[in-house]
Amino acid sequence: MQHFTIFMDIESSRSYIDELYSIEDMKILDALIALKNSVIGSNRQKSSVIQQGIVPRLLQLMSENHWDPNIRLEATITVGSLAKGTPENVTALVEQGAAVTIVDLLREVPIGTKLAEACLCALRSIFLNPPAPISSVPAEMILLTRFTQIAKEGSPTSRACVVRILSIWCGGPIEQEALCAAGACSAVATLLAPKGVTAPPIARVLPALDLLAAMCFENANVSQVALNTRYGDKTIPELLTLLVSRDKPLPVAMGAARCLTFIHRAGALTADDNRVVFGALPCLARLCTKDMPEDIRATAAETLAYLAEVDTSLQRLAAISNHLMSSLADIVTCPSAAAKQGAFKCFASLGANDEDIRKRIIETHGLMVHVVNGMNNPEPSVRLAAVRCLHSLSRSVQQLRTTFQDHAVWRPLMQLLNDAPGTELLTVGSSTLCNLLLEFSPAKEPMLDQGAVEMLCSLTKRPEAALRLNGIWALMNMAFQAEQKVKQRILCCLGTEQMFRLLGDGDTRVIMKTLGLLRNLLSTRQHIDAIMGEYSSQVMQAVIVVLEGSYPAEVKEQALCILGNIGDGEKAKDLIMANEDVLRKLVDYLAHPESKLQEAALFVAGNLVWRGEAGCAARQARLADLGVLRALKLLRQRQDAAHLHDKVKTALAQFNEFT
Amino acid sequence: MAAMGSGRGTMDSQNQVQSDSIDRLKLLYPNVNEDETPLPRSWSTKDKFSYIGLSQNNLRVHYKGGTQGPGRRPHLPYLHLRLWMHRHGKTHKDAASVRATHPIPAACGLYYFEVRIVSKGRDGYMGIGLSAHGVNMNRLPGWDKHSYGYHGDDGHSFCSSGTGQPYGPTFTTGDVIGCGVNLVDNTCFYTKNGHHLGIAFRGLPPNLYPTVGLQTPGEVVDANFGQQPFVFDIEDMLRELRARTRLAIDEFPLPDEQGQWQQVLHRMVSTYLVHHGYCSTAQAFSRATGERVHEDIASIKNRQRISKLVLGGRVGEAVEAARRLYPGLLERDPDLLFLLKCRQFVEMVNGSDSEMCDSDAEGACGANGVATSVISHTSRAHSPAPTSPPAPHAPPAPPPAPHTPPPHATHNGLHHTNGVSEMADGEPRANCDVDMPPAHASPNGIAGSEPVKGMPGVTACVAALLSPRRSEGEGCRASVERMLAFGRELYAMSQKLTQDHYHKSMLEDAFSLLAYSNPWDSPLGWQLEPVRREAVCEALNSAILEFQGMGWVSPVEACVSHSRELLRRMARASLGACAFADLPALLRR
Repeated sequence: MQHFTIFMDIESSRSYIDELYSIEDMKILDALIALKNSVIGSNRQKSSVIQQGIVPRLLQLMSENHWDPNIRLEATITVGSLAKGTPENVTALVEQGAAVTIVDLLREVPIGTKLAEACLCALRSIFLNPPAPISSVPAEMILLTRFTQIAKEGSPTSRACVVRILSIWCGGPIEQEALCAAGACSAVATLLAPKGVTAPPIARVLPALDLLAAMCFENANVSQVALNTRYGDKTIPELLTLLVSRDKPLPVAMGAARCLTFIHRAGALTADDNRVVFGALPCLARLCTKDMPEDIRATAAETLAYLAEVDTSLQRLAAISNHLMSSLADIVTCPSAAAKQGAFKCFASLGANDEDIRKRIIETHGLMVHVVNGMNNPEPSVRLAAVRCLHSLSRSVQQLRTTFQDHAVWRPLMQLLNDAPGTELLTVGSSTLCNLLLEFSPAKEPMLDQGAVEMLCSLTKRPEAALRLNGIWALMNMAFQAEQKVKQRILCCLGTEQMFRLLGDGDTRVIMKTLGLLRNLLSTRQHIDAIMGEYSSQVMQAVIVVLEGSYPAEVKEQALCILGNIGDGEKAKDLIMANEDVLRKLVDYLAHPESKLQEAALFVAGNLVWRGEAGCAARQARLADLGVLRALKLLRQRQDAAHLHDKVKTALAQFNEFT
Repeated sequence: MAAMGSGRGTMDSQNQVQSDSIDRLKLLYPNVNEDETPLPRSWSTKDKFSYIGLSQNNLRVHYKGGTQGPGRRPHLPYLHLRLWMHRHGKTHKDAASVRATHPIPAACGLYYFEVRIVSKGRDGYMGIGLSAHGVNMNRLPGWDKHSYGYHGDDGHSFCSSGTGQPYGPTFTTGDVIGCGVNLVDNTCFYTKNGHHLGIAFRGLPPNLYPTVGLQTPGEVVDANFGQQPFVFDIEDMLRELRARTRLAIDEFPLPDEQGQWQQVLHRMVSTYLVHHGYCSTAQAFSRATGERVHEDIASIKNRQRISKLVLGGRVGEAVEAARRLYPGLLERDPDLLFLLKCRQFVEMVNGSDSEMCDSDAEGACGANGVATSVISHTSRAHSPAPTSPPAPHAPPAPPPAPHTPPPHATHNGLHHTNGVSEMADGEPRANCDVDMPPAHASPNGIAGSEPVKGMPGVTACVAALLSPRRSEGEGCRASVERMLAFGRELYAMSQKLTQDHYHKSMLEDAFSLLAYSNPWDSPLGWQLEPVRREAVCEALNSAILEFQGMGWVSPVEACVSHSRELLRRMARASLGACAFADLPALLRR
């Protein structure tokens, strides 16, 4: 029976499909109408028609000038109908060049015609199916100007279609700039403006808001243009403030608040602007409340996260607005992934800078359980957002010592980081690790047992600078005041070769942290001697590399500090004394114009000449020979080194016999 | 009269000055009937604890403490003063509150007030909120039953309890704290410097008073009950509630048995058309919808004709027609007759009524199509009255009525001269002598100060008006005399009626028109506006319908007044949604 119907369908459609290739216009038209009627509302028929290879003929009928206008119109409508089919149907249409053909057609069809409207409808249907064929619309001024003209003057349907297409198309700075130059901002203003006292219809406003958001996202130039674009006596931000009010439909208010947010973050509106503080912010806080539908709450939370991401005053305002924190705590428990990740991101933003807010997030709203659960969520976006939230909260010393410990947050975090996650999660996760590994954090020990050292060492080998930095930074934190076995483990695992590689890193911050790690490793006397006993040549080589290389002053300062630490070791001192190169460098740095290098060199010299230790007299004599004494005396006379005079005096006092 | 008029003028302007500040509140709460439920406009000087001092029109509240003279700190050496300051406000016993003069009316829908912290004083133990009548004032708001507050020192909210809940930020000198009461949902929220802090309390009881409480010396706060613009955008929330209420009305589910809306609506339209005598429209509507018309077409047409006469200002003719078509109607309802006669008098001044002889005047009936506006001569430039000088024989100038002869005219032999039919025929009126009681006023009463007998309050200045124009013809003069005579008759009639204020003032207003040389431009000129005829017309139409045993008001209008009354009842029953059910807007749709 099934077979039979399909057979019947194809047989019965065969006749008019043949007619499509007729030479008589009337027959073609009739066939087109029959075809159109057969595919409307039936995905099966659409698939069947596409499989029969009719699409090229349809494209030909719609695009070639010599056909009867009705034929062109019906062909376009049919293609539009096919574009409303399954994703596979749309992909097939795009592969056969439908999008390009329609765009070419739109270049010449007069704006007010039905054909233009049908073209736009079809193109919108194609664009609504991801991935949209972005390349079918080239960023050409003539074409875009035409599109913006349609957005201003076309029929209501045409306007809605063209703006929707552009809002999907606008995905990067090139598109943003091109659209802005083509006058899209003023078109958007026209679409957002109220008609008299009545608000503009929602079908017209929503695509316009999406387009504006897409154009302004992270684009300072376009946002600035939007700021100054007027319709009537109102600028775009003023039109948007009208739309965020409470009596507007929720998606409209949401879209308008999103636009204001993007314009603010692109730098066109300041954080204390009323349109941000009394427009976007309260609207988003309201849209997060319990009475709102889940999808709106999810988007509102995520947008609010972006709005308040960097500005402390906005974070503080948001934290007291409309019970936002309770609303977010509630959104975290929503089933959808979008809601959860929106809420986590928003918590992350709120707690980014203010210790008091962090405390409220954790204490009042019991968030840690949810964060830990979020890190175990099957959805990657939720895991990432949960880690972001954890990272933000981990900036609180108090929380590191208490709540984080109670919930053993390091466990799921280590788990995540060991599961070969994406770069973004790895970056945020390792930043969080840096905080968790701070000396006062009780999480340090258990994390070592979980293989933190190995994981961090592997991070330092990543091609991404941010990951290398986080890895070495975390190792540095871990080595701070650590037990000797931990230090040994770090050195062993990282390997001297890798350390040298890091000292040659293109990112100065990585070099700084690597030297910082060395400093932390080489602290307290026993550790210094033990480590230097094993790695003396490599460490000295590392220091010399830095001191001789062309590094910024703060890097060399770190190297000198390492020398100072070595000079504090009992046996390690001799390693420096045995190295004439290093000692001559020391003299040079004592006379260095950079004050912090003088000070660091002074610290090294002070450690080396310290009396009461075995062999100090010999060292003093050697140093005096090499001119350290003279350098110190010169330093004492220098006016610009006045703040060091006390330390210089202390050092000189050690040289008693020679002065 | 003129002196009185000017007196009223100055009173009006005083009201104007006063109402400038009132207007803001009226705009915020348009549905509140302040005669029944006054709005809080200041703190109460009586309903407060003695530690509280008020100033600046009772809008500023300060803490003055208990042991010394009113409003002043004790005169003490500095150290002792410090000690006094220190001791005060240490315990809850030092707390003191003040309530506003009136409770929040439910018809506000959404009520809001703001308090600016002028000074946090020593410790900033301030509470802002609401409390019911009779709640202990030796407390901060929120500590007792039926008392709700938000406290500045810890930012906690207190819901009828000594222990607070974490609610919002703390507040201090310079902050503006707002308190909003949603009378639809019975919730309360606060704002700080224009930022909505979220709902603090739910399930509030009705009739709460705005309340503030202070506890330590130096605390000073200013209230804004809406006389000044608010920091918070309350309009936004009002718009939301209006839209929400509108949606609730639009989407109200209808039970199936009442669900035949189309039919109900058709009946409403049809009955409305019939009620007001839109005869042809009603017939057309009936044809289109199949909705039956429940009244005789001829009967509708009669009412339509009478209505048109009244609306055309020809009240005398209308009275006559009503008498003829509905014998007994006016006799049964002297109040209505009086109303009609009063209007007729006004129309005589207006020059649009052709005065008719009626049964109260003795003798035969004679129709007098006379445009009787005498006074209009003096002010022709401003006058909407006929431009041609009225002559006794001139046909009436006012808006032409439809000249269809009444169907009953032929049957009614008694009334052989019918105004309508005569006009329709365009017959010249040969007969202008009217049987009128002789004028009591002296025809030569030029002095003008002498009161016109039989019409108290009207001086003879009317007569004075006449004298310069005597040359224009006796007709003019005669018409004025007729008018005066009519007035006397009216006065006599009013004496017979039960004296009530309404009748009296209606008559006085009408008579007062004669006191002005240009009545149209006078303070009472509103009476002459054609739109004033509508109420009279409606009263007559209703009376006729009732007389015929039909409803005196059309179902659609009954429905509107029913709804209006329901809104009033909602306000009394503390249902705040009544504030946002905008009847005119709903009807316009």
